Amino acid sequence: MLAGFFLKLKEHKIPVSINEYLTLIQGMERHVISPSIDEFYFFARTALVKDEANFDKFDLAFGEFFKGIENLIGNAFDVPLEWLRKQAELTLTAEERAQIEALGGWDKLMETLKKRMEEQKGRHQGGSRWIGTAGTSPFGAYGYNPEGVRIGQKESRHRRAVKVWDAREYRNLDGATELGTRNIKVALRRLRRFARVGAPDELDLDNTIDRTARNAGWLDLQMRPERHNAAKVLLFLDIGGSMDDHVRLAEELFSAAKSEFKHLEHFYFHNCLYDFVWKDNRRRHTERIRTWDILHKYGHDYKLVFVGDATMSPYEILQPGGSIEYSNDEAGAVWMRRMLEVYRKAVWLNPEPEELWPYRQSIAVIRELMGGRMYPTTIEGLEKAMRALTR
Amino acid sequence: MRFNGSETYVATDDLNLAVNAAITLTRPLLVKGEPGTGKTKLAEEVARALGMPLFEWHIKSTTKAQQGLYEYDAVSRLRDSQLGDPKVQDISNYIVRGTLWQAFTADQPVVLLIDEIDKADIEFPNDLLRELDRMEFYVYETKELVRARHRPVVFITSNNEKELPDAFLRRCFFHYIRFPDKETMEKIVAVHFPNIKKTLLREALEAFFEVREVPGLKKKPSTSELLDWLKLLLAEDISPEALRSNDRRTIIPPLHGALLKNEQDVHLFERLIFMSRQAR
Repeated sequence: MLAGFFLKLKEHKIPVSINEYLTLIQGMERHVISPSIDEFYFFARTALVKDEANFDKFDLAFGEFFKGIENLIGNAFDVPLEWLRKQAELTLTAEERAQIEALGGWDKLMETLKKRMEEQKGRHQGGSRWIGTAGTSPFGAYGYNPEGVRIGQKESRHRRAVKVWDAREYRNLDGATELGTRNIKVALRRLRRFARVGAPDELDLDNTIDRTARNAGWLDLQMRPERHNAAKVLLFLDIGGSMDDHVRLAEELFSAAKSEFKHLEHFYFHNCLYDFVWKDNRRRHTERIRTWDILHKYGHDYKLVFVGDATMSPYEILQPGGSIEYSNDEAGAVWMRRMLEVYRKAVWLNPEPEELWPYRQSIAVIRELMGGRMYPTTIEGLEKAMRALTR
Repeated sequence: MRFNGSETYVATDDLNLAVNAAITLTRPLLVKGEPGTGKTKLAEEVARALGMPLFEWHIKSTTKAQQGLYEYDAVSRLRDSQLGDPKVQDISNYIVRGTLWQAFTADQPVVLLIDEIDKADIEFPNDLLRELDRMEFYVYETKELVRARHRPVVFITSNNEKELPDAFLRRCFFHYIRFPDKETMEKIVAVHFPNIKKTLLREALEAFFEVREVPGLKKKPSTSELLDWLKLLLAEDISPEALRSNDRRTIIPPLHGALLKNEQDVHLFERLIFMSRQAR
């Protein structure tokens, strides 16, 4: 019976191993839990699931296995949050979003949504409790709350496990991203350049032995600075507009890079690089940094990483005054060339799927400007990009 | 040997079960959860409740796995040899035992806390696989095998700053401490402030959970922040009425600095309040 459960978990793409399964059985044998389904649920979760991101999948699998097939339909109706998020981003413009907020209609919107959910519940007689948010206002379920709205169970007071897996409280934690922070970090490690800089505070054993021997056996301690990752990186992130779809990815990339490099400077730009960038997106209009200043401030040994979808009108790159935000005196292409002349090691990471690239003129233009060094943000692409930077 | 929470620590049923399973099957228990939900406290409380000594190993970004096992102090040996100290003949005089070694060789079962494992280098957990699995390691300098006399109860906490490798996770039990709901929170507060007025507590909790609901906060206030805030409220002798508002979010809770630690969050919060005032 348990083997079936184990396979069910596998089916739901939860990473479980035989060892963990054996541990589960061992635990049952040694009476870690009393024979109740609630306790079994908790114990199985503790022993088999090692990441809260997978709790939601586990709840689903558990419910399915112990309730039979009744949820099959429910599953099919379950609209992924990702899709809702997309919908919200596609359907609503920034102004509209601001409007909703300003009107204070947000709560009202949510109330309607909740009502609809209740109607749905009634119709389905609790058979498939997790029919998601289908049919009801899609932008209701996502918008301002970046964690999504937990539909149906605002507060769960039910401590009973039967309710716990039904409630699917860990849904928000499910992060089915192909590119985890760990993967990014591992890829970024290729960029590491160790060098010894700073105060000498580490014992240099080889040198000490050497000097001691020369000193006729009298100890002569030699110190040296500790090794640090000396790779220096300038990170330029495209923000706003078409990049909204990729915000999460950019955030992950950024957080991974930030902890990997000691010398990392990040800047934001919109669509294409012009004569200024900014560091804080909320103060982009007041705190601008001139691109010239960057060129002058950071030495040519910095490596340049652009992250952007390069999806725009080609005029925005090639024409002076082509920027959609203001009238720029010099074309984006001029600025790109200027940067690339100073910083020889440069790559462009593009979150759009590689298959799409040939169909977008602006991508081709940027790619040419970059001398072909444009890579997709997959693990493979990232590794290639890092290799290009160290070459 | 069973853990069921303690006078000063409220543990939910699922947490108790995870702890007891880890004790019975002697597996390390990996504990994750929002900051301030009592991950580190758990190990301390389990050690106290079961009457076991607690060994703590706090991980920093520079911590190496080897430091938990032992370190060979080559420099003092070299110095001693210069001075002709007879101690120098025995290399074991220069082996400095780490936390794991101490925990392994203790006379009784102990609780071992590896705190904030995600702070260390990304390879750190991989370097501890065998040590945590078989509870033994080899000392190359003295050619000796150190094996745990009693398998310690191991707690590992993580704040999710780095993902942990699969091989490591497979060897652990895992528990995610959920943010407590109102009922549990009342119990927790009762443990810390037994004399608090009922009305004040109710109003404070209401305000607290409302603040937590504010969308877009960078750092939601956690249990430990609530406790700090309550302490302040009590110290300033704030009346429950001051916390009450007929309409939601129309006043800023007093002393909200204890709840919101981030300047941006405070701004956001104030903006939202301002907006809801305008809307009416």
